[in-house]
Order: sequence, then structure tokens, then C-alpha cells
Amino acid sequence: MTEGVYYILLSLFTPMHGYGIMQNVKLLSNQRVDLGAGTLYGALGTLVERGWIEPLQGIQDSRKKEYKITQEGILAVQSELTRLDELLSNGRKLLGGESE
Amino acid sequence: MSHTVRKLFIDFEKEEQWLNDMAAKGLALTEYSWARYVFEESGKGEYIYRIELLEDGIKGAKSVEYLQFMEEAGVERVIMNKGPAAHNKWVIFRRKASEGPFTIYSDTDSKIKHYRRIHRLWMSVALMEFIIGFMNVGLVALDYIGIVSNINLVMGLLLIILGAAFLLFSVPVHQKIKKLQSDKLIRE
Repeated sequence: MTEGVYYILLSLFTPMHGYGIMQNVKLLSNQRVDLGAGTLYGALGTLVERGWIEPLQGIQDSRKKEYKITQEGILAVQSELTRLDELLSNGRKLLGGESE
Repeated sequence: MSHTVRKLFIDFEKEEQWLNDMAAKGLALTEYSWARYVFEESGKGEYIYRIELLEDGIKGAKSVEYLQFMEEAGVERVIMNKGPAAHNKWVIFRRKASEGPFTIYSDTDSKIKHYRRIHRLWMSVALMEFIIGFMNVGLVALDYIGIVSNINLVMGLLLIILGAAFLLFSVPVHQKIKKLQSDKLIRE
């Protein structure tokens, strides 16, 4: 999972539209991850296709499309967390101890 | 006051750079047509410009949805004046610099996808020029009676040269794709 996708999924625990996601990802990452609008658009399309997020059936005349994470998306985040945990703990075992 | 500049670019990143240099000087692009750019005076560095080759023509269903999305993200599309605008896939976007850095593609995969679209475009233009070029030259070669004029020969040769030029333009794009692909091996 790319960091962009990971942060998009985290953002969508609260329903959000595109611009909101961009702002939120910036906030979460202390300005480090600045999602390009085109990249975000492509990622949202792929994630909907996979069933990890879904567009919210909101008010019809609202032009801004909002998205929300699905149960499958939550599972994907959980397995990503397990993977990241493993990466972190292996790195820390080698390096973390020495620096403390 | 508006300023018109005539200039032709093949490399969209150089074009982007030039538009941003102009914007830094206080000249903001407001409309363009083929090889013609119209600038209006603005605050220095007020806008950041980005160029994209869309998957679909501007009026295609895919593009309409995408352009809507861009608008919501505070991105403006610079008007393409005249020309075959309905079929054009190249778009120029701009956003106020006060909104922070503006990029369209921020990860390796989406950058590669975009470069691939451009590569495919140059290759198909080259192929078309070659086909029509060789057809014209072929007509002259097969013409025993002499109805086909030398114009076909000249036209044909010019098209073949043009085709070769587009083939050449596609080389740096191909190199950028290769470079990004090798980056991906390390980063992901």
C-alpha cells in the first residue's frame, strides 16, 4: 500500500470529499504528504473499484462527492498495520536499541 | 493589459516551467491556442501552472467528471481559445500559489501513467505521419502515367521527416518512464 492510499483510507473513517481528503492527509503527515489532485482522483477510482471505499449517497444536488471507508477497507488498513508493525519492530531490533 | 506571445513547445514540462517563470514575473496566462499564449498582468507569483494530457478529450464523460473534481480542489482550467478544442486532450491548469504547492501527480505510479499517455500520443502521431508519408511516396513510385505530381513526393518526404521527429520526441519521455520505474524498485 502506498503512503498516499494508506492516508486516504485513514481519512475516510470520517466521510469526506476530495479536497477535504487532500487537506486532511497534509494535516496527518505534518505537511509531508501533499497528494496531487490527479493522483488522488485516480486512487479514489481504484479504491471504489476494489470496494475499499464507497461514495456516499448523500443529497442529490450536492455536487461534491463524498466517500467513506467500507468494512473491506478497514480490514485492508488492519493488515497494513500488521505489516508496518513488523517492518518497524525488525528495524528497531537492529537499530533502536543502540541509539537509546 | 494583455500580452500575446507566440511560442511552440514539444516538452510539456519545459512549457510548464516557462509559464511558471512568466507567472513569477507577474504575467499570468489566461488563454491560449495553438502556439499562442495570452498573458494578463497579475501579482508576482500569484499562480502555479500545471499541464496535463487527459485520458479522454475535454468533453468526454471521463474528463467532465475529472475536471469537476479539479474545480472542487480549487483548480482552474485555462481557456483554450479556438482550435479543435473539443478533441483536445491537453489542458493547462492553474491554482493560486497562496493555496500551497500545486502538483497533479504526486506518486510514482500516477506519474508513470501520465508519461505513458504522452509516449503513446507521440508514437501514434509518428505512425500516422509515416503511413500517410509512405503512401504519398508510394503513389509517385507506382505512377507510370504521370498523373501524380511531385507535390505528393515532397509532401510524402516531409511527412516522413515529421514522423521521425515525433519518434525522436518520444525518446526522452521513454527515458523518464524507465527512470521512474527504477525508482519504484527502491521506494516501494
